[in-house]
Amino acid sequence: MEAFEILFQASFWVAAIRIASPLIFATMGELVCERAGVLNLGIEGIMVAGAFAGWMTVYLGGDLWFGVVVAALAGALFGLLHGVLTVPFGLSQHVVGIGVTLFATAITYFTYRVALPQVTSPPKIVSMQPLPIPGLSSIPVVGEALFSQTPLTYLAFLAVGVVAWVMYRTPLGLALRAVGENPAAVEAQGISVSAMRVGAVMAGSALMAVGGSFLTLSAFNSFFFEMVNGRGWVCIALVVFGSWRPGKALLGAILFAAFDAYQIRLQSVTGGLVPYQFFLMLPYILSIAALILVARRATYPKALMIPYQKGER
Amino acid sequence: MTGQTGAGAEIVLRLDGITKRFGALTANDAISLTLRRGEVVALLGENGAGKTTLMNILFGHYVADEGGISVFGAPLPPGDPSAALRAGIGMVHQHFTLAEQMTVLENIILGTESLLAPRSATATARARILGLGRDFGLEVDPDATITALSVGERQRVEILKALYRDAHILILDEPTAVLTPRETEALFGTLKRLVAGGLSIIFISHKLHEVKAAAGRVVVLRGGRLAGERIAAEATEAELAELMVGSAVPVLEIEPASPGPVLLALDNVSARASRGSQRLVDASLALHAGEITGVAGVSGNGQSVLAGVIEGMVAPDAGRLVVADVPVEAWSPEIALRQGIGRIPEDRHATGMIADMSVTENVVSERYREPRFSRRGLMDWSAARRFAASLIAAYEVKCPSPDMRVRLLSGGNMQKLILGRALDGAPRIILANQPTRGLDVGAVAYVQARLLDARRRGAAILLISEDLDEVLSMADRVVVMSQGRLSRPVARGALSTAEIGAMMAGRNMGATPTGEMVHAA
Amino acid sequence: MRLEPRTDATLATTLAYPAAAFVLTLLVAAFLALIAGANPFAVLFQVLKGAAGSQFALLETLTRATPLIFTGLSIAVAFRAKLWNIGAEAQLYAGAVATVLLGTGLLPLPAPLLIPLLMLAAVLGGALLLLGPAALKIRLGVDEVVTTLLLNFVILLVVSYLLEGPLKDPMGMGWPQSKRVIADAQLPRLIQGKRLHFGFVLALASAVAVWLIMTRTTLGYAMRAVGANPQAARFSGIPVNRVLVWTALLAGGLAGLAGFSEVAGLKGNLTLDLSSNYGMSGIVVAMLAMLHPLGVVVSAVFVAGVFVGADAMSRAAGVPSYIADVMVATALLTMVTAIMLSRHRVRWR
Repeated sequence: MEAFEILFQASFWVAAIRIASPLIFATMGELVCERAGVLNLGIEGIMVAGAFAGWMTVYLGGDLWFGVVVAALAGALFGLLHGVLTVPFGLSQHVVGIGVTLFATAITYFTYRVALPQVTSPPKIVSMQPLPIPGLSSIPVVGEALFSQTPLTYLAFLAVGVVAWVMYRTPLGLALRAVGENPAAVEAQGISVSAMRVGAVMAGSALMAVGGSFLTLSAFNSFFFEMVNGRGWVCIALVVFGSWRPGKALLGAILFAAFDAYQIRLQSVTGGLVPYQFFLMLPYILSIAALILVARRATYPKALMIPYQKGER
Repeated sequence: MTGQTGAGAEIVLRLDGITKRFGALTANDAISLTLRRGEVVALLGENGAGKTTLMNILFGHYVADEGGISVFGAPLPPGDPSAALRAGIGMVHQHFTLAEQMTVLENIILGTESLLAPRSATATARARILGLGRDFGLEVDPDATITALSVGERQRVEILKALYRDAHILILDEPTAVLTPRETEALFGTLKRLVAGGLSIIFISHKLHEVKAAAGRVVVLRGGRLAGERIAAEATEAELAELMVGSAVPVLEIEPASPGPVLLALDNVSARASRGSQRLVDASLALHAGEITGVAGVSGNGQSVLAGVIEGMVAPDAGRLVVADVPVEAWSPEIALRQGIGRIPEDRHATGMIADMSVTENVVSERYREPRFSRRGLMDWSAARRFAASLIAAYEVKCPSPDMRVRLLSGGNMQKLILGRALDGAPRIILANQPTRGLDVGAVAYVQARLLDARRRGAAILLISEDLDEVLSMADRVVVMSQGRLSRPVARGALSTAEIGAMMAGRNMGATPTGEMVHAA
Repeated sequence: MRLEPRTDATLATTLAYPAAAFVLTLLVAAFLALIAGANPFAVLFQVLKGAAGSQFALLETLTRATPLIFTGLSIAVAFRAKLWNIGAEAQLYAGAVATVLLGTGLLPLPAPLLIPLLMLAAVLGGALLLLGPAALKIRLGVDEVVTTLLLNFVILLVVSYLLEGPLKDPMGMGWPQSKRVIADAQLPRLIQGKRLHFGFVLALASAVAVWLIMTRTTLGYAMRAVGANPQAARFSGIPVNRVLVWTALLAGGLAGLAGFSEVAGLKGNLTLDLSSNYGMSGIVVAMLAMLHPLGVVVSAVFVAGVFVGADAMSRAAGVPSYIADVMVATALLTMVTAIMLSRHRVRWR
C-alpha cells in the first residue's frame, strides 16, 4: 500500500518535475534537430559541456542566468561543429554524433582538471532557489509540484510552448518541418537547406546544453563527472516516444521522470528486498519498452538522417 | 494550337551562350534562347539532350561555365535559386518538390514569408490560393494533406506555388509524364489561360504531338546543342523528330509472335506496397512463352506493386502465383530467382545496383551462392571476375575493368549490366520494369533489341513502361493499369491510342477490341 | 557548396587529407597543452615517449591495444553492414561475466579445454546481447542505436548487482569484485614478467579471421552488400535479415572476446572498471581504420598509444591525461572529414 501512496505525495511530484526539467530542455533540443532531418547523437556530450559551462561561469563569479546563457552558447558551438560536418559535408550522423559526444565530454573533463587541478571534493556554488508562484503554488499537490520550482523549470515548460509555437505557427517552423520532410521542396522555394539545418542543430544543441546546465545550476550545486549519466540517450528515446511532437514529448519526459522519482522512493519502501540496481535500471528498460511500443506506428521525419545536396532530386 | 507566337512582344527571358561541362561531358554547349511575353516555347529533346541541365542553370541549382542569363532585361546572378524566384521565374519539376506530410497551404506559402515573422498569415494565404485556383482552373483544397491528393492535383499545387509568388515566367519540366491524356488536356487549358493572363511559359517535353498541341515555338536540343527552332504550327512531327534524334527515327521491325504455353500466371492477386499508397487489386494476368505483354498506364497506378509482386519484393495479400502450372507457396526475391524469373527493376540506382561495390560484386549478387561462384561458403572471386568480364563483353558495357565501382558508370552502361545479369542463364520469364527510362537513343535501341531476342527464344516477358509509345511498339498484347486494377489484355493494334488513353483514365476497362489500328510513333 | 565524387583520386590526394587530419589533431593537443601551461613540444614528446619510448612503454601500449582491437573489429563488422551497434561496452561485459561464471572453478578442466570453452562462452554472451537489439530492429523496426546505447547502462547495473551479490568474492574485503579465475583459465603472458598476454595474439588472429570473412566468404560479401544498399541486396535475393542476425552474432561475439581477454589475460577477475570505455573507443578505432579489419590493428595501437602515452605524460608534465580523450575524439572527427574530402571534390558553386 505504501508503494501506492507515494503517488499522492506532493514531494514525489515536486521531485518528478525537477527530474523532468533537464530532460524537457534536451528532448526539445533533439526534437528540433530531428524535425530538421538531423539525428544529433552529440546530445550526451553537449549536456556534459552545458552542465560544466554553466557551473564554471557561476563559480567564477557570474550570475546564475549568465551561466545559463554561457551554457547555451557552448551548446550552440558544438551544434555548429555537428551541423557543419553532417549537413554541408554530409558525413554519417551516427559517427559524427558519437564523435561530438566524445569530443565535448573530453574537452569538458580536461578543462575541469586544468581549472581545478587540486580539488578532491567538487566545489559548490549557490544554485537557483525555488520561486513559488503566489496563489498557484498553494493548490494541493498539483500546485506544489508545478509552481514551487526553480525559475529554470518554468523556463523548460516555456521552451516547450515556444518550440511548439514556432514549429506550427510561424514561417520559420514551417521551413524547419519541411526541411526534415523534403529538403528539395525547401530549396525550390529559395530557402537554403544547409542554413536551415545547421541553424536547427545549433538551436537544438543550445537547448540540450541548457538542459545540462539545469543539473549544475538548479538540481545540484556542483559539477562532477558522469553526472549526465545517459540522460541524453534517454532524450533520444523520448523524441521517438513523443512521435516528434513537442506536447507528446513533454508528456513522455514527465512520465519518465515520475517513474524515475518513483523508483527511488520505492527503493526505500521495499527496504532492500530487491537489489537497488534493479530499480536504477528500470528507467532505461522503460525507455526501451516505450520504443518497442511506438516503433510500429512511428512516423519519422521523411528526410531524417538523409544528407542533402543542392540540386539533387 | 495556341496561335500567338509572341513575335514582337517584349523579351522576358534571354539565355545567352550557356555552356556547362561535367568532367568530360558537355551537357550544354553554347545554348541561346529567348522567351517573349505571352508565348509558350517548347524545349524538345531526348533524355540526356541537356534540357534539365539548362533549366537547373536557369534556376540556380548549377552555375554555367560560360554564358549569361537576363530576365526582363536585368542579368540574373548565377547559382542562387532565390534570385530566380525573386526575378519571377517559377519552376514545376518533373518530380514534384512537395513535402508530402504537410498541407497544400503549407507547401504553397513555404518560403514566401519572412522567416522572422512571428506567425504565418494563413487566412489571407488561403483566400489567395482559392482565388488563383478559380482564375486559372487549378482548384484544390488548401487544407488537404499532399498524400491525399491525386498526381494531377499535386501538379496543380506545384503550379499554384509558382503563381502564388507572382511568377511571370513558368517552366514546366515534362509535365505530362505523370498525367492521363484527359488530365493533359486540362493542363493545356490551364496553360492557355495563363499565357492569356500575360505569363510566358517554357514547356519541356520529348513528346512530339504534345509539343505541337501546346507550344507556339519549338526549340530542339540534341546532345547538349541547339539543333533547331521551328514555329510549332508549321513544323511536321517527322521534321521535329529528325531534329531531335539526328537521323531518321528507327522503327522497330517485329515479326508476329508465336505464343506458347502460360509460364507465369497471377490469379486474383491483391497486394499493397509496404510504403506509399500504391495497390494492386484483384489482378489476373497470364504470360505466354514467346510473347511480350505490355502494361500501359500513368505512373503511380500500381505498376510498382505489380512489379514488386513478380520480383518477389512484395508478398501478395490475396490470390496466388502460378509458375508453369505449379502454384508457388512462399514468395521472395530468392524464390523468384529460383523459379527462373529475370528481373529488370524500375530504379537502377536504388534497387538494381549497389553503387559502391564493383562491377564483379554487382553481377554475381543474384547467384553468388551457386557452385560456380562459391564453395562451402567461400567465394571464388576469379570465377566471378571472369563472369563479369564476359558480361561486359557480351553486353557492350563501356567499362575499363570488372573491378571498377558501379557508381562511376553511366546510366546506360549500368542498365546494360543489369540486363546482362537478368538475362544470363536464359530465364524463361522476364520482368522488364521501365527498362529504357532515362537512357539515350542508342541504349534504348540496344535494350529493346535484347528483349526481342529473348522473346524470340521463347521467354515470357512482362514489359511495364510509362512510355505508351514503347508499350505499343514492343508488346504483342497490352493490358492497361489504372488505380491498381488491370484491364483485360488486348492484342496489339486492336485499340486506338484514344481508347487506351480512356482506359488509362480508368474508364472502359473491360473494353473489347474495335479493330481500329494503333499508330505507334 | 557541392560535393562531387572524385574520379581522378591520386595517391597524393588520398594521403594528403588524412595527413592533414593527423596534423590538426596534434595542433589541438598542442593548444590544450598551452592552455594547461605546459610546453606543447615537451608534452607531445612525452606522450610519444610514454607510448613507444621504451620496451615497457611499447608493451604497455600493445596490452592496452588488445581490447581495442576486439571492440574495433566488432564495430567494423557491425558498421560495415550498417548495424549501428553502440553497445560494444555492454557486450564486452557480457563476455567477461560469461568468463567469470564458468572460469572461477565451476568447470575444473585443463587449460587446453577450458580456454576454448571460455572463449566460446564469452562469444555467446556478447553475441546474444546484440541479438536482442538486432531482432528488435528486424522484426519491429526499433532503432538499434538507442537500444544498444541504453543497454550499456542496464548491463553495467547488472554487473554491479552480480559483483555485490552472486559473483561477489567473499575474500574481496567488501569490494565489488569477483573471484579470480582459476589458473587453467588464465592466458599465458607473452614475455615472462610483463603484462602483455596471449590475448594480443588472439586479437591479431581475430583481425585476420575477420578480414578473411569479409573478403573471401559469401557471408562477408552479403554483409557488405547489405550495408552498401539493403534494398538492392534484398532484390538480389540476399537474405538481408539472416545476414543482419549473423552480423549481430559476429560483432557481439568479438566484443565479448574483449571481455574474455581482459579477464583471463590481464585482470584475472571482473570489476566495474574492467573496461576504460573500450566500447566507445572501439568506434573511433574502427572509423580511423575505415572499417578495414587489418587497419583496425594499426588504429587500435595508435589509440592505445595516445592513452598510454598521455598517462605517462600526465605524471611527468602535470597536464591532465584527459588530453588523450580529446586527441582521440579530434582524430575521429578530422579523419572522417579527411576521408570524405579525399574522395570528393568541393565545388563552392
